[in-house]
Amino acid sequence: MTQFATQLLNGLQLGVALFLMSAGLTLVLGIMNFVNLAHGSFFMIAAYVAATTYKYTQSFILSGVAAVASAFAVGIAVETICLRKLYDRDHLAQVLATFGLTLFFNEAVRIIWGPAGIFAAVPPFLSGHLEIVPGLVYPTYRLVVLAVGAVTGIGLYGVIAKTRAGMIVRAGGSDPMMTAAMGINVRTLSAAVFGAGAALAGLAGFMAAPIVAVESGMGDPILILTLVVIVIGGIGSVRGAVLASLVVGVVDTLGRIYIPIAIGSALPRAVSDALSPALTSMLIYLIMTAILIFKPRGLLPASTG
Amino acid sequence: MYRKIAAVLIIVGFAAVPVAAKIFGQPHYLTLFGRILVYCICALSVNLLLGSAGLASFGHAMFLGIGAYAVGIPAYYGIESGFVQWPLGIGAAALAGLAVGAISVRLTGLYFIMITLAFGQLFYFVASGLTLYGGDDGMTIEARSSFGGYLNLGNQTALYYLILIIMVLCLVVLHRLSNSRLGMVIAGIRSNESRMQALGFPTYRYKLIAFVLSAMMCSISGLLLANLTDFVTAQYMTWQRSGEILVMPIIGGMASLFGPVVGATALLLFEEIFSQYTDHWAVILGPVLVLIVLYLPRGLWGLLPDAKKASL
Repeated sequence: MTQFATQLLNGLQLGVALFLMSAGLTLVLGIMNFVNLAHGSFFMIAAYVAATTYKYTQSFILSGVAAVASAFAVGIAVETICLRKLYDRDHLAQVLATFGLTLFFNEAVRIIWGPAGIFAAVPPFLSGHLEIVPGLVYPTYRLVVLAVGAVTGIGLYGVIAKTRAGMIVRAGGSDPMMTAAMGINVRTLSAAVFGAGAALAGLAGFMAAPIVAVESGMGDPILILTLVVIVIGGIGSVRGAVLASLVVGVVDTLGRIYIPIAIGSALPRAVSDALSPALTSMLIYLIMTAILIFKPRGLLPASTG
Repeated sequence: MYRKIAAVLIIVGFAAVPVAAKIFGQPHYLTLFGRILVYCICALSVNLLLGSAGLASFGHAMFLGIGAYAVGIPAYYGIESGFVQWPLGIGAAALAGLAVGAISVRLTGLYFIMITLAFGQLFYFVASGLTLYGGDDGMTIEARSSFGGYLNLGNQTALYYLILIIMVLCLVVLHRLSNSRLGMVIAGIRSNESRMQALGFPTYRYKLIAFVLSAMMCSISGLLLANLTDFVTAQYMTWQRSGEILVMPIIGGMASLFGPVVGATALLLFEEIFSQYTDHWAVILGPVLVLIVLYLPRGLWGLLPDAKKASL
C-alpha cells in the first residue's frame, strides 16, 4: 500500500512535469498549427542554467529565476529569428527546421558545459524526507516539485479557463481564423503563448534537474512523451493536456512497477525478464494507439473544450 | 535536362567509388558510400509516402529494423541463405506494413506522424527486449547472406555494386510507379482526397497499398544494412533514426524522384566530412537545416532548373 502511494506520487509528479511541457506546446500547435520539436531544448537549457546558477550562487530561488528566464529568452529568440517565418509553411518544414534547432542546442550545451553532463544538487533545506502519513516517507524535494507543479498547473488552468486573456487563447486554439476575424492579432498572441510555453518548459526543466541526469539530449525523451500527451489529449486542448499528462504520468510510472510483477508471477522468469521491460515501455504507446483508433481527435478535442 | 545530367553524374560517381577507393588506397570509402546508398533506398521508400501521398511517416526505422533482423536472426540459427532471408524480410515488412498501415492511413497530418511514431516505438521496444539477439547492444552477424554460387557478398565490392544496382532499380520502379495508374491515383489523393473519393476511388485502399510498398522497399535497405555492417541492433529502430530518414527527402526535395537520393547523400557526407574536423559538427548542421527550410523550400535538388515540372 505504501509502495503504491509512493509510486502514485511519482506518477503524479511526472504528470505535472508533462503538463508544464505540453501546455505551451499544445496551444502553439492549436493556434498557429505549428509543430515545435525544439520545445525539449527549452527544458534542457533551463536544467543546465539552473544547475550552474545553483553551483555558483547556492540560491535555489535565484537558480529557478535564471532557468525560467533563460528558457523564455531562448524561446522568444528562436521565435523571432526563424520560427515566425515558418507559420505559413507545412508541418514538414516546421519539423525539419525545429529538428535542426534541437541538433544545434544539444551540441551547443555539449560545447559550453562539456560532453559528460553535469550534476544538479538538491538544496540542503529540501534534501530530507517527509513522513506524509505514518509509514509513507517521501523525499521533500519531490514533494515540493509536485506542489509547485500542481499550483502552477492549477493557476495556468485558472488563467486559461476563467480570464479574458485565457478566453482569447482558447479561442485561438480552437478556431484561429475566426479569432483573427474577431480582431485578435493571432501572430502576437502566438508569440506570447510561445514565450510563456518556453518559460513553462523552463520551469519543468529547472525542477527536474536534480531528479534526472542533466545532459545533452535530455529534452528529447520528454519531448516525445509531451507529443504523446498532446495527441492523447487533443491538439490545442488545455483540458485534454491536463487529463492526458496525468494519465500518461501515472500509467507510465505504475506500469514500470506493476507490469514486471504481474508478468513475473504469471510466466517463467526467463520469459518475463525479456518481456516486461519491452511491455512497460510500450504501454503508453499502446494507449495512444488505442485512443487514436477510437477517438482520432483525442480525448477532449479543443473545439468542444 | 540539367537534372537528368546531374542525376546520371551522381550515379556514375557512385559507380566509380570502388575504383577511387582502390586508387587512393582507402577501402573504407566502400563502407561509407555503401551506407549512404542504403540510406538513399530508405529515403526513397519514405518519399514514396511523403512525396506522392503526402503522408509523413515518423516510424519507418521499424521496417529498416525488420529487414536487418531478417538477416540477423536466421543467421544466428545458421540459416545464411539469402533466398530464405530476403523473402522473409520483405514479407515480414509487408505484413507489418499492412497491419500498421491499416490503422495509420485513416489519419492525416500530425496525427499520422504521431501514430507512426507510436508504432515505431512499439517495434523498437520489442527489438530492444529481444536480448537473445542482442537487444540494444546488438549482435554480430557471422556470415552475410549467401546466394548459392551466384553472388558472393563477402566481397565488399560485390556487395557495394549490389546496393547500387538495387538503389537504381528502386528509382526505376518509383519512376514507373509515378506514371502508372496507381501512382496517378495516389498523387490525386495527395492534392485532393475528397475529390478522389467523389470520383469513386477507394482512397483508403490506395493509401494502404502505398504504405505497404513503402514498407517493403524500406525493408530491403535493412537487409542491405545488416549485410554491410555485419551487425544488427535495436538501435537501427530508434525514433531518432526514423526522424533522420524522414528529413532526408525533405532536405533533398520531396517533390522530385531523385531528391531523396540527394538529401541522404548530402546529409551523410556532411556528417562524415565535418566530423573529421570537429566533434561538434551538429552545431553547424542544425542551422544549415534551418537555412535549407527557410530559403530552399524545394530542397537541394530544387536548386537545379527543371524543364518539365515534377519530372525526375
